[in-house]
Amino acid sequence: MHQPSQRAHFERTVLPHLDAAYNLARWLLRNDADADDVTQESCVRAYRFFDSFHGGNAKTWLLTIVRHACYSWLKQHRAEKSTMAFDEQQHSANDDDPSAGTTPFSASPETLFLQEANRRLLHQCLEALPLEFREALVLRELEGLSYKEISAVMDVPLGTVMSRLARGRGLLQQQLTGHSEQET
Amino acid sequence: MDCQRVLSLMDSYLDRELDLTTQLSIEQHLADCPACRAISQRQQALSTALGAQGRYHRAPPALAAGIQSALDKIDAASGANVRQTPRWLSMAASVVVAALIGSGITYWLAGPSPAELLTEEVIASHVRAQMVAGRLTDVSSSDSHTVKPWFNGKLDFAPPVLDLTTQGFALVGGRLDYLANRPVAALVYRHRQHLIHLFVWPTQERANSAPHTLTRQGYQVIYWSDAAMRYWAISDLNADALTSFSKLIQEQATTGTAARRLPGPEDMR
Repeated sequence: MHQPSQRAHFERTVLPHLDAAYNLARWLLRNDADADDVTQESCVRAYRFFDSFHGGNAKTWLLTIVRHACYSWLKQHRAEKSTMAFDEQQHSANDDDPSAGTTPFSASPETLFLQEANRRLLHQCLEALPLEFREALVLRELEGLSYKEISAVMDVPLGTVMSRLARGRGLLQQQLTGHSEQET
Repeated sequence: MDCQRVLSLMDSYLDRELDLTTQLSIEQHLADCPACRAISQRQQALSTALGAQGRYHRAPPALAAGIQSALDKIDAASGANVRQTPRWLSMAASVVVAALIGSGITYWLAGPSPAELLTEEVIASHVRAQMVAGRLTDVSSSDSHTVKPWFNGKLDFAPPVLDLTTQGFALVGGRLDYLANRPVAALVYRHRQHLIHLFVWPTQERANSAPHTLTRQGYQVIYWSDAAMRYWAISDLNADALTSFSKLIQEQATTGTAARRLPGPEDMR
């Protein structure tokens, strides 16, 4: 099935994105060991189905497989209880209100830099976000994917990518603001 | 464009996902509207913080090794081992591979070297900064005494900002950027119509490294390290001009206006 050249091709095109794969799995599953297992399983699956990869963006191709594997894993283990159901209806209503999702960021944004406590807070808040917003933010802010690439990985329309990012950032700001108020 | 429309496009605007015309008309609106500008700055700060401080989980070395052996099994099972490598030789090879993975130079086998990856990052940053208006500099000044202090409190080191106007390299300004998994100082100089980016950040390596010169996609890139700082210069200038620029930096950066590393959070970790 696999010629040696194909193995080399796979190692050259797909495996350079191993960090991206692991990072996504780790943020979605929130656990080192599970991320390890799911990433390895995904890479093996990618190799088995490498014939179906006809060039193009290897990174989004691998991340799509990883994301799918993470969702299957979460479904099986029922570990992820979405703390906040995403209501498209409610959100599209919010779209009409320009102030929605843009809660003022009371902690001075600059203070987020170089302060270990804030760094940890940022991780906690991001990790606590509901799955669909967390994955959009991780793909955008940590992985630097374009909207089009995110749309391919998450298998949702561009408009949904935009609304999830906007809502995710709004929630994150709310969380950060809430925390900094508790501390003062 | 009214505030409501601007706010509804704010994320796409900050993510640079809009067409140029819309991007520019939002820029115009933000210049005139303090309320929207404040919101955009908060949003931008959050994104910057996430990009620079958000934890990026790298794959552990053992995972790469585990995947390689899983792939070996698939190859063996599908009888694709047409190389007919003697078993002892492939075992010896896998020991070598394991040692390499263990010593953290996986990339040497698995793909581009760290320097090549960094080259790509540097080129991308150089190109991207010039694509969209307003992205090139966070602080625009030809005065090194304006640009240098701007980095205070934003970075855990003081980058050398030199006045090379008389040598033909005018300072345009500086901004924060993100390379090699850390916030770095991006200094912008201009030589005639050509922009030069000089990226600077501290390194743990004690040994200085001599300048490397390379050409990629029509850009000249020179990188070196000196006094525990790494320097990457990139431009569409010809090789000679960029070399003389890098020589000026090398001569002057470590004397007088030396780059100094301040103890930062990384040292306490």
